[in-house]
Amino acid sequence: MTLLLFLFDLVLLSTLLVLAIAALTSPEPRRAVMFFIAFGLWLALVWARLGAPDVALAEAAIGAGLGGALMLAAARRAARRQREGKADQDDDQKSS
Amino acid sequence: MNRPAKLMIGLLLCLFALVLLWVFHVALTQPPGARLADLALASLPLSGVTNPVTAVLVNYRAYDTLLELAVLLAALLGIWSLGAATPGFQPAGSALAAMVSWVVPLLILTGGYLLWVGGYAPGGAFQAGALLGAAGVLLRLAGDERAGLPSERAQRRLAVAGIAVFALVGLGTMVAGTGFLTYPQRWSKWLILLAETAATVSIGVILAAAYAGGKPRSRASDGATP
Amino acid sequence: MTAHLLYGGAGILLFVLGVWSFLVHEALLRKVIALNVMGSGVFHLLIAIAERGSLPPDPVPHALVLTGIVVAVSATALALAMGRRLEDEDDAR
Repeated sequence: MTLLLFLFDLVLLSTLLVLAIAALTSPEPRRAVMFFIAFGLWLALVWARLGAPDVALAEAAIGAGLGGALMLAAARRAARRQREGKADQDDDQKSS
Repeated sequence: MNRPAKLMIGLLLCLFALVLLWVFHVALTQPPGARLADLALASLPLSGVTNPVTAVLVNYRAYDTLLELAVLLAALLGIWSLGAATPGFQPAGSALAAMVSWVVPLLILTGGYLLWVGGYAPGGAFQAGALLGAAGVLLRLAGDERAGLPSERAQRRLAVAGIAVFALVGLGTMVAGTGFLTYPQRWSKWLILLAETAATVSIGVILAAAYAGGKPRSRASDGATP
Repeated sequence: MTAHLLYGGAGILLFVLGVWSFLVHEALLRKVIALNVMGSGVFHLLIAIAERGSLPPDPVPHALVLTGIVVAVSATALALAMGRRLEDEDDAR
């Protein structure tokens, strides 16, 4: 039982870290924001597991929901500027 | 930034992570000292609510929440001072409009429920305010330029309402002789509910207005703008 | 104990990943995402410390994190609004 729970924790945390890495390394702004929203929702799940339902609710609604909506609006602008060639580009965006 | 510099930063940060992990391990293996948790849980019957997180937020550490509302207000003032809001999206198609007309009242209802239930179960002012803000975001996405909010003058009043009511409750308890934001036990439940309701409305308005991204444009229907 | 170390370690890793991304990338949006991930790492560490096995979890860090989440979102909104204004100035020139 404890081993099963430990494995469950391990899966939860490794998915969380993979989502964070995906959000941080993806060069396309809109995809990065999508991964960030997924990361926030997964974080809420982990916090519910840690016995913090209040904070999980707030993270799902505020961190992932409203923060994600704000960033999506910014990502739309960034994508448009990238198409017009006005954006200040990252190194990995130039190479791709 | 070139490749070697990136690698260097990565290596240094790996070392930093190891140091932090070691510190965390040492902190965990030390014998635990006195924790605030026992005190907080023990005095829960005196606080007027039974949800410990709400008790900490609005009763024991009400200062934090008051100042946090001030931070939110300052962020909104900063956003407004940067210029006018972006123009809204085109009006929604019939499917989206129908969905929004169903979801927004439900969101407001759920917000009210979360606010009330925050006294004894997971929920509270922040979650409820976030739902109100989400309703505003949905309305803006469906084409309402102002995210369902009233005129600028009313928005200002609503955004200040939370911190004003909170401070007034604090001053009231001071006049009553118990000290700033120290609720008398008989009234604590209702004072907490009053402060939380105002905070919810303010948080919802501020988050929705922040999503609009700037000072609201005046509409012809507003009459004279302030 | 192991579970604490596991969850707390994940929080520390998230924080360091956020710092790395914040230093390496140049676009504003990616810096904002990195800042948010950094904040999430700190929040996660606090929540992991608050968990106490069979005892009810410590409500004080929970309240701190709740406050922190709202402040982080308002800071994000302000940063993005400032970025928008900067872009507008750039385009106007």
